[in-house]
Amino acid sequence: MVDNTSSTPVVTEEDSVYWKTNLRIITVCLVIWALVSFGFGIILRPMLSGIEVGGADLGFWFAQQGSILCFLALIFFYAWRMNRLDKQYGVDEE
Amino acid sequence: MDQFTLNLLFVGASFALYIGIAIWARAGSTSEFYAAGRGVHPVMNGMATAADWMSAASFISMAGLIAFTGYDNSSYLMGWTGGYVLLALLLAPYLRKFGKFTVSEFIGDRFYSKTARLVAVICLLVASITYVIGQMQGVGIAFGRFLEIDAFWGLLIGACVVFAYAVFGGMKGVTYTQVAQYVVLITAYTIPAVFISLQLTGNPIPALGLFGDTADGEPLLATLNQIVTDLGFNEYTAAHGSTVNMVLFTLSLMIGTAGLPHVIMRFFTVPKVSDARWSAGWSLVFIALLYLTAPAVGAMARLNISDQFWPNGTDGEAVSIETIENDPAYSWMGTWQQTGLLGWEDRNGDGLIQYYNDANPELQERAAAAGWEGNELTNFNRDILVLANPEIANLPGWVIGLVAAGGLAAALSTAAGLLLAISSAVSHDLLKGQLTPNMSEKSELMAARVSMAAAIVVSVLLGLNPPGFAAQTVALAFGLAAASIFPALMMGIFSKRINNSGAVAGMLAGLVVTLVYIFLHKGWLFIPDTNSFTDANPMLGPIQSTSFGAVGALVNFAVAYIVSGMTKETPQHIKDLVESVRIPRGAGGAVDH
Repeated sequence: MVDNTSSTPVVTEEDSVYWKTNLRIITVCLVIWALVSFGFGIILRPMLSGIEVGGADLGFWFAQQGSILCFLALIFFYAWRMNRLDKQYGVDEE
Repeated sequence: MDQFTLNLLFVGASFALYIGIAIWARAGSTSEFYAAGRGVHPVMNGMATAADWMSAASFISMAGLIAFTGYDNSSYLMGWTGGYVLLALLLAPYLRKFGKFTVSEFIGDRFYSKTARLVAVICLLVASITYVIGQMQGVGIAFGRFLEIDAFWGLLIGACVVFAYAVFGGMKGVTYTQVAQYVVLITAYTIPAVFISLQLTGNPIPALGLFGDTADGEPLLATLNQIVTDLGFNEYTAAHGSTVNMVLFTLSLMIGTAGLPHVIMRFFTVPKVSDARWSAGWSLVFIALLYLTAPAVGAMARLNISDQFWPNGTDGEAVSIETIENDPAYSWMGTWQQTGLLGWEDRNGDGLIQYYNDANPELQERAAAAGWEGNELTNFNRDILVLANPEIANLPGWVIGLVAAGGLAAALSTAAGLLLAISSAVSHDLLKGQLTPNMSEKSELMAARVSMAAAIVVSVLLGLNPPGFAAQTVALAFGLAAASIFPALMMGIFSKRINNSGAVAGMLAGLVVTLVYIFLHKGWLFIPDTNSFTDANPMLGPIQSTSFGAVGALVNFAVAYIVSGMTKETPQHIKDLVESVRIPRGAGGAVDH
């Protein structure tokens, strides 16, 4: 089982606020995640077809490279944001 | 020194390096065998995960599939990277906090059910073995090429090497070996791409060269579009397939990524929860280095191939058989012909090899006028493109040897990681966890090795009739993982409502519908001619078998919710467990039973 010796097993008010904030950050990140890949890369590609990128269009760039760069930014943002949130709510590890 | 010796030298040297490292860091205890004692730095872990993750599918197969299809296969690029976002946000930190060794342990504990754990093990085995089939294909092709033998014999030799290699060490040996393998494979992938990008666009960074201009000032992609449409093929950058299928396919690969045991296991090996978050990011950094280059490799190779077959332009005369046989620039065709993966035939007897799309009505007109009798490049296996690429571009011999070593590194590292996941599922979860709990550490390790051997035999047998090119086979494995494991893990963390019956029913429903859909299209156990549908004309609208994982996942979620709603509520101590998994505080080292 999970090692609970250094924390109280009961959920505090703080913990549930922490979790709700986490869920909100996840939701925002996932909206961007879907927008750059399924959105710009596939479904919305026709709308971006006017913007030319080196012999192709912006949607093609998002599908082949742009989405990957956005994914990277998202993961690092989330890690940075959550590690800050952990400290703010005092739920981080020593 | 001839090319054959040079290839052997590069492959031999890289193997010596991996084996040296494996011996130096040999696993002693079971805990080291599975999780490397949790002492791995996030950057190192990221590199090892990248090597573990990037398999024959990414290295050998993917760029070839993109090269011959163009935009529509962007799904591979988005799908196999986008999954890391899901992994980092939805799974990795919580599974690390939970602190066990395997994915099925989490499922067993969270859903307080031995049945759930058993079902999870079955799901893992089905997905992992399908995945190993794809690796075996890649190993077969790479060995076939560099030993200059038929791909079938390459496969058998490859299987023996994989086995010898995987039993050597557990995760600990594998982690450091995989760091070395990452370095080998990324160097091997990048160097030829840089050379080719310089040749074609003058830009040393292939990812930028893709959107750059060729020597005559035209954008590379515009030139490519022109040439391929002249030959009757689909425009490279345009969409041709169904949008619905492309979305579902991309989604399947993404959630499959986050449901694969050998990748998730990696996040158990970092010291802290915060490290698990960073680790996913570092993994993607190292993966992106290859994935940003891959579309450039594909497009540039397609351009080079078209130029080789039409040296006088698409309006001029095609390449002659005499040139193919005598010009050293075409020697790659002879060597690849020996593997049985490349073939040409002068159908109209004019001494030239016309490569064009003979299904295109416009080209059929031109063919009739010129006296062509069909496409004469009769066989070009997509999986050979990356390995043949440096030869097609006439790069120096040492680059070709390096690519052979890189391709094998990619296939072997993933095969080893998967076999480790399979063996831990059998010995740790199935035998020690359920059937024979009193098993000694020594016999557990023995069972682990026996199950590795069994997994290799099964995947070689099934790999004799592969259901597609390596990356497509691997895509099926992702579909299976997406439909079975990912939903169970995600619901286990984000919902307290899902109970034991719900999870078991959901996993089984997701696995079974996906497996049946795949078999209906690819043949039962991939045996040819036992399929009722084809991916050209799928059973359900535009949804191909490789895209069905996303639908299977949806079925899994729905069934789990409905069944949980109808059965007994989750007990309080499980709700407490979920609460504690959500909070990083108090994550100690992992505890074994």
